Amino acid sequence: MSEAGTLEQPLERQQAAASSASRRFAVSGSTLLLGFVLPVGAALAYEAAFRFGLVQARLLPPPSKVGSTLWDLARSGELSTHVIATMTRVLLGFGLGALVGMLLGALTGSSSTARKLLDPTLQALRAIPSLAWVPLFILWLGIFENSKIALIATGVFFPVYLGVMAAIANVDRKIVEVGRAFRLSKTALARRVLLPAILPDFIVALRSGLGLGFMFVVAAEIMGASEGLGYLLVDGQQLGKPDQILAAIIAFAILGKIFDWLLVSGSRPFLTWQDSHSRAA
Amino acid sequence: MLILDHLSKIYPNGTRALGDVSLDVGSGEIVALIGGSGCGKTTLLRLISGLELPSLGAVSVDGEKISAPHPAVGIVFQEPRLLPWLTVAQNIGFGLDHLPKAERDARVDEALLRVGLAGYGPRWPRELSGGQAQRVAIVRALVTRPKALLLDEPFSALDALTRASLQDHLLALWDSHRPTLVLVTHDVEEAVALADRAIVLQPKPGRIFADIAIELPRPRDRLSQDFAEAKRQVMSALDGSLTQPQPSTQNSKAQAAGWW
Ligand SMILES: Nc1ncnc2c1ncn2[C@@H]1O[C@H](COP(=O)(O)OP(=O)(O)OP(=O)(O)O)[C@@H](O)[C@H]1O
Ligand SMILES: [Mg+2]
Repeated sequence: MSEAGTLEQPLERQQAAASSASRRFAVSGSTLLLGFVLPVGAALAYEAAFRFGLVQARLLPPPSKVGSTLWDLARSGELSTHVIATMTRVLLGFGLGALVGMLLGALTGSSSTARKLLDPTLQALRAIPSLAWVPLFILWLGIFENSKIALIATGVFFPVYLGVMAAIANVDRKIVEVGRAFRLSKTALARRVLLPAILPDFIVALRSGLGLGFMFVVAAEIMGASEGLGYLLVDGQQLGKPDQILAAIIAFAILGKIFDWLLVSGSRPFLTWQDSHSRAA
Repeated sequence: MLILDHLSKIYPNGTRALGDVSLDVGSGEIVALIGGSGCGKTTLLRLISGLELPSLGAVSVDGEKISAPHPAVGIVFQEPRLLPWLTVAQNIGFGLDHLPKAERDARVDEALLRVGLAGYGPRWPRELSGGQAQRVAIVRALVTRPKALLLDEPFSALDALTRASLQDHLLALWDSHRPTLVLVTHDVEEAVALADRAIVLQPKPGRIFADIAIELPRPRDRLSQDFAEAKRQVMSALDGSLTQPQPSTQNSKAQAAGWW
């Protein structure tokens, strides 16, 4: 549920989260290793307890079992089928949701007429839990890919929309005035002043959107899919294979982390100018 | 060259910031606007720059009426307002987008050299001191070679030593193309050190109280008798501007205490 929490947080807190995240990437190797101590230690302890017969591993298989299941799935090519299915859905849904969120956010952020016209409706729609749309999406778009992608896009849309709108509306008037004093046209002002000014917030919005994208791909796949990591979860449950469930969860964690890392490191070259607290730390 | 014709400004909230200001500034002249806090100096500058429109009256530059920011008029704000995502060099070249790159780079390098910041081009604004940032802001406005440059208390956030050296920098910059300068200041010494004319403003609503010519030769010796005399003259006009309206003695005393 932590992703759901992100959506509700005020922007400052999201920013704080993002800047602490970017600090995480800057830490030295030894600090990085420190982060592994707890999970690796716990895994080793559990493995040892299993080997010495101290625990019954029927419901919680030992790490070695999960690892070998993951390995088997990877070797048979099954894992890549599922990963590709899930990734395709996330990418399409995220792309669609982020694009529409960005466009509408830019519109309502820059024009108060558009904000008065559109924002109340969008806020009302946001109050609806996205999963409530599922029956309608299935009726409208069928049970296959389209309804899944629509659900993911809906989840991604709101944080991106809100983030972009707030970022544009909050651009410092003083900075905008510099652009006006140099007689920038509307498009030049958007390109040379507004865009760079909102970029940090925009990345944060994309990251929250991506988090929700992953949350909703699981929901979509659990509700009915014949492939995808979410399908592996359900399949593991129905066949009583907790090792397969754990393998899928681990694959989700790795995928999510990789995507987030790609977003952050892809945007970093454009943000070296930032005068943020985390840089000094 | 710069003509303010019966300017009035009433803000949307009803504040009457300026009432009937008329002023004629010659080409290459340096004019200091001085007056108590809230007497409309910033408002006046914003009207001249075209960032704000007058409620009544008009501003014209070389006979051309100002209704939006004009290429012949540059402005330096009270804060440097550098764009944090551009390097120092890119900030200075911000208004030179229309020039070919070679010429732009040449002007930027020359500007950096003139304000003693050679080699600072690739730095980020966050890596500058306050005084350095303000120097960058001044040359950012000057590299477009405006005919008039407006400066709103550009040095007020700096210590006395830095301020004096930046005043010298400003005069040196002015000397190369001789633009008209309109400088808002709180500081009588600054007005006398730089200006050909000190315009003393009076509050509520803002209007001109006195127009004092400062006819000292440049470079000016801040310790000379004449300098002290000019300072005294401006100072007493300033005092007058604050006590003149006399709605009640108590009120004007409070204003006098708060003028700086
Ligand atoms: N945007 C605004 N809306 C309404 N009133 C304003 C606005 N800006 C300034 N004022 C009012 O107009 C008057 C003149 O303000 P202005 O900023 O021009 O003063 P100033 O002489 O620059 O003062 P200071 O020396 O403190 O900077 C003040 O009474 C102020 O409260
Ligand atoms: Mg002011």
